[in-house]
Amino acid sequence: MSVVYEVPVGPVHPALKEPVAVKCYIEGEEVVDVDVILGQNHRGIEWIGMNRDNPVQSLRMASRVCGICTNVHPLSLVQAVEAAADIEVPERADYIRAIMLEVDRIHSHLLWAGVAAHELGFDTLLHYTWKFREEVMDLAEYISGNRVTFEMEMYGGVRRDIPPEKYPKIIKAMNYYEAKFEKLVEMFLNDKTIALRTVGVGVLSREEALKLCLVGPTTRARGVKKDVRVDLPTMAYADLDIEPVTPDIYRDEVVGDVYDNIVVRLFEVKQSIDIIRQCLDQMPNGPILAEEKLPKLLNMLKKASGEGFGLTEAPRGEVVHYVKLKEMETFYAWKIRASTYNNIPAWEPMLIGAQIADIPIIVASIDPCLSCTNRAVVLDGGKEKVLSHEDLHRLSVQKTRRLIRYGK
Amino acid sequence: MGINAFKRALWAFHVNTGSCNGCDIEIIAALTPRYDAERFGIKLVGSPRHADVLLVTGPVTRQMAPALKRIYEQMADPKAVIVVGNCGISGGVFHESYNLVGPVDNIIPVDVYVPGCAARPEAIIYGVVKAWEKLEKVYGAEGG
Repeated sequence: MSVVYEVPVGPVHPALKEPVAVKCYIEGEEVVDVDVILGQNHRGIEWIGMNRDNPVQSLRMASRVCGICTNVHPLSLVQAVEAAADIEVPERADYIRAIMLEVDRIHSHLLWAGVAAHELGFDTLLHYTWKFREEVMDLAEYISGNRVTFEMEMYGGVRRDIPPEKYPKIIKAMNYYEAKFEKLVEMFLNDKTIALRTVGVGVLSREEALKLCLVGPTTRARGVKKDVRVDLPTMAYADLDIEPVTPDIYRDEVVGDVYDNIVVRLFEVKQSIDIIRQCLDQMPNGPILAEEKLPKLLNMLKKASGEGFGLTEAPRGEVVHYVKLKEMETFYAWKIRASTYNNIPAWEPMLIGAQIADIPIIVASIDPCLSCTNRAVVLDGGKEKVLSHEDLHRLSVQKTRRLIRYGK
Repeated sequence: MGINAFKRALWAFHVNTGSCNGCDIEIIAALTPRYDAERFGIKLVGSPRHADVLLVTGPVTRQMAPALKRIYEQMADPKAVIVVGNCGISGGVFHESYNLVGPVDNIIPVDVYVPGCAARPEAIIYGVVKAWEKLEKVYGAEGG
């Protein structure tokens, strides 16, 4: 007789760095069903951002959506606002933005690689990778003044220039990574322990990845060539020579397992090094801000009306910000769609059929960033109400009717 | 500071109560080779029952408050609580949010506050040293 046990993982769990609850239903050693409960990290950022005194204050909120992809959210927001208010960004600012985005990606991917090693119980590798990562943290501090929250973005450009006298140190850091890259690949991809735990674990097919609309390295590890930097190039990316990284760069064929995730993320570090070099080579001269005077900029944004989208390829995938301006002090509407939101549904097909011990590495393989993801939760008199599919469908039908009848 | 009474390695448990991850990654950075707090025996453990110090990040969202309280109660005495980051101290940038019940000292008693958004690894290590001093005093009074 088989019994199905429920194993709750989270909201606070040693395998998780952030609060999320994953309920796994276990039969013997095998996972038969999975339920994900989100919302523990909901801080109401969009609401706060819409109620701040002016858009510049809201921009500082965007940096605090996530401390890991800290440059991505403000970057998407400024792009959305620039599209809505018709602000043209100087070319030099576009290049500086691209450099900061890649610095962010290098640190985020190395961070993930370390966490993945930790989830496998390979703590030596965690420590090695994080030591390796400190170089890019120093570089971020050198350019922006901060290790974690860069605060480089401003509507219509960037707040800090990268003067030519800073180039040698950036190039030196890139040389450091290029020299150490082979060692990193050797340690992660030629290691017996890692291969044992990741090859054939958490397999997801290309078709499923497409069906679930996955984004970022999670979908590229399944052989889907999808990358915002290539498909819809903004900033400096249109001028650069880049290709989406898929696992066949290292492996003969795409399997779509956790190992492929490691391949994609490691080789994206190499790609980022290449992008930063290209940006430094081609960096144009000129101003870094479209409007330097802050009161004038605020006045311009206050008078603007319109809507805009900002798309950025975050380390975890595509991040979308939507902004509507309506001739008022602050945003009329602000909506964030973070990449993990798309990638979480992949947990179910990846976890079903896996063993209990593989739960941490599979959960970590999509590089979940829950502080980005938790956008909506319904609170009803202090009691949490979980909306079922039927509830959502009913609400959706009600909204359609309301729109048809009353137009609002 | 002489370490006489508290003769064991200091173990910490980390709980994220809705933080943006900025301080969380800096806590790990403080433990890894550049700052290497582990050489003093300071390390993160997987269970609050093994921990001497509780590191709390984040402004405490409504959903995480009961979990935070329970974790604090699960820890053995004597214990110290360190809040890492501005948002746990005062709400920080999130202070107006409708979904916060924090800051942390609304929920559990706090011994050390480490400011910063995000707090730097050096600051986190300094905060842990302060908590160690507190434990030292408590142990000293009890005769170790």
